[in-house]
Amino acid sequence: MNNSTTDPATDHEATLRTLAQTLGEGAFTTSRFRANLRLHTSPAKLLDLLRTLRDQCGFNLLSEVGGVDYLGYPGRTGARFEVHHVLRNLETSELVIVKTGVDDPDPTLPSATPLWPGANWMEREVFDMFGIRFSDHPDLRRILMPPEFAAYPLRKDYPLRGRGERHNFPRLMRGDS
Amino acid sequence: MALDSKGPGPLIHGGSQLSVKPAGILKPPENTILTTIDSVVNWCRKYSLWPMPFATACCGIELMAVGASRFDIARFGAEVMRFSPRQCDLLIVAGRVAMKMMPVLQRIWLQMPEPKWCISMGACASTGGIFDTYAVVQGIDRFIPVDVYIPGCPPRPEQILRALMDIQEKIQKGSSIQGMGLPELFERERELVQIESGPSSLALERERGDEDRFGYRIPGGPGRLGDRESH
Repeated sequence: MNNSTTDPATDHEATLRTLAQTLGEGAFTTSRFRANLRLHTSPAKLLDLLRTLRDQCGFNLLSEVGGVDYLGYPGRTGARFEVHHVLRNLETSELVIVKTGVDDPDPTLPSATPLWPGANWMEREVFDMFGIRFSDHPDLRRILMPPEFAAYPLRKDYPLRGRGERHNFPRLMRGDS
Repeated sequence: MALDSKGPGPLIHGGSQLSVKPAGILKPPENTILTTIDSVVNWCRKYSLWPMPFATACCGIELMAVGASRFDIARFGAEVMRFSPRQCDLLIVAGRVAMKMMPVLQRIWLQMPEPKWCISMGACASTGGIFDTYAVVQGIDRFIPVDVYIPGCPPRPEQILRALMDIQEKIQKGSSIQGMGLPELFERERELVQIESGPSSLALERERGDEDRFGYRIPGGPGRLGDRESH
């Protein structure tokens, strides 16, 4: 476990070394934006990567799970959706972002709930907004939209004003009560 | 009550010798007012409104200010905010109503006993306000009856007091001992429903048809173009 206190802006040398030793070089690629280290991986290797980060590199807090729909994004090649797990090492304050691309027919990822129980609701939100399924999730239901809602509203091909769902209610009259 | 038929002598009005004294007319005694039961009941009702605050957003904060001492809704007899719809007769919808919340609001409206009134407070409750998205109902008056609308984002507390006074006036003029009265409102409602439930569903078509009416581009395109979506 990496217990050395490092500056959050350092380049995660120890983490990358541990990951390469445990998983092999082909399990992920890296990119950087300012002080952020991003690890790009595939759905099949996501869980191993997360487990290694948690158990061997000290990234013990899952601070965020989110989704992005890159449909029509300028210059985008690769999968349509991307799910990011933001991990934090509470002892060194290091931050690492794991990005996993999933593509369109039936986008599915392994669930992170066995590693962090707190991933439960965050994955439900990603499912609710983007329709990305998490296999082995204990309770994959909609969390924000009503259960009878049929679409995934944060997908880029869903119109901002909906398809009339907000109008689908019976009208109560003054004589009704 | 005294009958005026046995009054003393002829009355003299302005020098005329004519005395007008029809027989059998009731004359009320001193310090008595004659009115109708409806009017008295309405007078009682309008000064003892019990509001049901349905506060979902910042308008709710202004509503609390109206209840506090500076603006003091108690001056108008409406200070008894109850959080059970069974005890209330004035629904104040303060804030945006999401589509997941609309069935709840309708249930609360149905649970309130007659006679009852509704204030739609603020831009969001009345029209959806700036929240013109799939999740927000574009005006609660599409689905429940509304008596008074308050503009503003959020409205000043004085506007809420004004709305309350308007409701009071409406109660005094329009209600009967049986219920909320105002038959022209029932007529208007029937008209609206006829328009909306017509063969082409005119109202919704109109609203969804001119998505670009304010001149800005809508991310994701207008409401009709959604055919590309894959499930």
